[in-house]
Amino acid sequence: MNVIVCIKQVPAKIKIEIDPKTGTLASGGVDRAINPPDLYALEEGIRIKERTKGKVTVLTIGPAKADESLREAIGYGADEAILLSDPAFEGSDTWATSHVLAKAIKKSGQFDLVLCGKQSIDGETGQVGPMLAEALGVPFVSLVNKIEELGQISIKVMRMSDEGHQLIEMMLPGVINVVKEINVPRIPSLRGLMVAKKAKVPVWNAQELGIDPAVVGSAGSPTRVAKVFFPQRPGKSEMLQGNPESQVDQLLEKLRQTKAI
Amino acid sequence: MTADGLGDIWVIAEQRNGHTKAASYALIGRARKLADECQSRVAAVCLSQGVADAGQLAAFGADRVYLLDGPVPDGWNDDAYVKELVDLARRDKPGVILATSGALGLSVIPRVAVALDTGVAANCISLDYDAQNRILVQTRPAFGGSLMANVVFPNKRPQIATVRPHAFKKGEPNSARQGEMIRVDFDRRSVTAKTKLLNVVKDLTEKVRLDEAEIVVCGGRGLGKAENFGIVAELAEVLGAALGTSRPPVDDGWIPYAHQVGQTGKTVSPRLYIACGVAGAPQHLAGMQTSEIIVAINEDPKAPIFEVATYGMVGDLFKIVPLLTKKLRETRG
Repeated sequence: MNVIVCIKQVPAKIKIEIDPKTGTLASGGVDRAINPPDLYALEEGIRIKERTKGKVTVLTIGPAKADESLREAIGYGADEAILLSDPAFEGSDTWATSHVLAKAIKKSGQFDLVLCGKQSIDGETGQVGPMLAEALGVPFVSLVNKIEELGQISIKVMRMSDEGHQLIEMMLPGVINVVKEINVPRIPSLRGLMVAKKAKVPVWNAQELGIDPAVVGSAGSPTRVAKVFFPQRPGKSEMLQGNPESQVDQLLEKLRQTKAI
Repeated sequence: MTADGLGDIWVIAEQRNGHTKAASYALIGRARKLADECQSRVAAVCLSQGVADAGQLAAFGADRVYLLDGPVPDGWNDDAYVKELVDLARRDKPGVILATSGALGLSVIPRVAVALDTGVAANCISLDYDAQNRILVQTRPAFGGSLMANVVFPNKRPQIATVRPHAFKKGEPNSARQGEMIRVDFDRRSVTAKTKLLNVVKDLTEKVRLDEAEIVVCGGRGLGKAENFGIVAELAEVLGAALGTSRPPVDDGWIPYAHQVGQTGKTVSPRLYIACGVAGAPQHLAGMQTSEIIVAINEDPKAPIFEVATYGMVGDLFKIVPLLTKKLRETRG
């Protein structure tokens, strides 16, 4: 089975700062890592490859630096990685991101299954997986927590629903996004790390992907971030003192005053 | 649809057991105010069969109510919903489509957006009309709630946004308001679905759903072992709250993953969040720090959870939590 895993390189630390001069994110000098939820997609992709004697290709969109995360993915056990990089992609929203990924997946050849993480920890939209499926014209299942059966023409997956779980059969090719419960990611092997170091990671730009630069990036995206700001934080915490009895009484008083209960 | 004006505002009204969810009513109320500001119309779009409270949707602010009333083959309708919404939007051309950020917002809405060649502002917490530019300004959190962004659609229409539960409060109905009911017959069997529901496992016995709950009681590593979840479960029960947890109890198998709040779990934003024995790792805070009131109970005064807490209690949760439950039970009879 030919599996494609889409990953995102994100700031390794969740604390972020705003450049006071430009009012935009100060991203310089921040350590970056594979988006944690994507590691479950990567691990599942590698497991499918091992079961079906297939191939795992990892894709990411980002600057030259994102090459590190792709090599890390190869260290985990991915076979190939492709960096989708072009100044024109900068500032792409979820629509433009899925547009670029769809073009790259079509260019990369025949595929059976695309795996994505539930969402990124920076943008937190959870939109790229389903948008990518639609852009590819293939089916999509969200919040998959178990792959029950891998067939030639379809797969059976368990997904989280409002009431519990649903077993869904999805025709291939298709896209799924996965949740943490699906597996426990492995640790890269020493051999894997050696392979990753020497691996060739091709870079595809907008022209090679046949992408009109006018429809991607901050200028071409359907949505635009007009402004970023820090949320207003309520003042310091009010610490309730005294013995447990008194603490509980104070709390109930406060909660009743604010009509929280 | 040209890029000026908001145009018709559609709200996807979600039902459970035939009744519209509170979050959808709240969203219709918000859409009504926006529509009044820019002289637009509001339509509630019901995807499910047999909506018992369709009349109420008008009372809460909908000028029109679409009832997409095709036969429902089973409890999995994503492919049909996408096709129906896309067909209807192409026919009636709304300027704005709003939905809640739950199951639909993570699957159907983004697919509809791509099919309509537009984007999505996901998980918004506020929606405002920019009269000067005649566009909608969507405010959404990112980076685990530590940053806010205003998102706009400069050219593409419809402007599509998903909105977190509790972002808006459910308003008061005006029974004098009448709405036009528009029945859209749709044979869902005609959709060539590439996905099929094979089986349903109803294994979540909780009455209150984490994502939608007004109150969440969360038990963390401080509970020590699986059996001790009983004391937070009792507090949750007396408050009519949903039961949440942080990552360590899930990883240790004390409680199913479906309860996990945080970066790799669910994001919640209830009116009241009570954290019992939760240290407050950044990954957990990312999933709950936009809650309105946060109560933290922890024996470690340096626990980071106190930095986001509205009310903090340093002490033994095994004394404080049962006492809280007892006093609440007494006053509630």
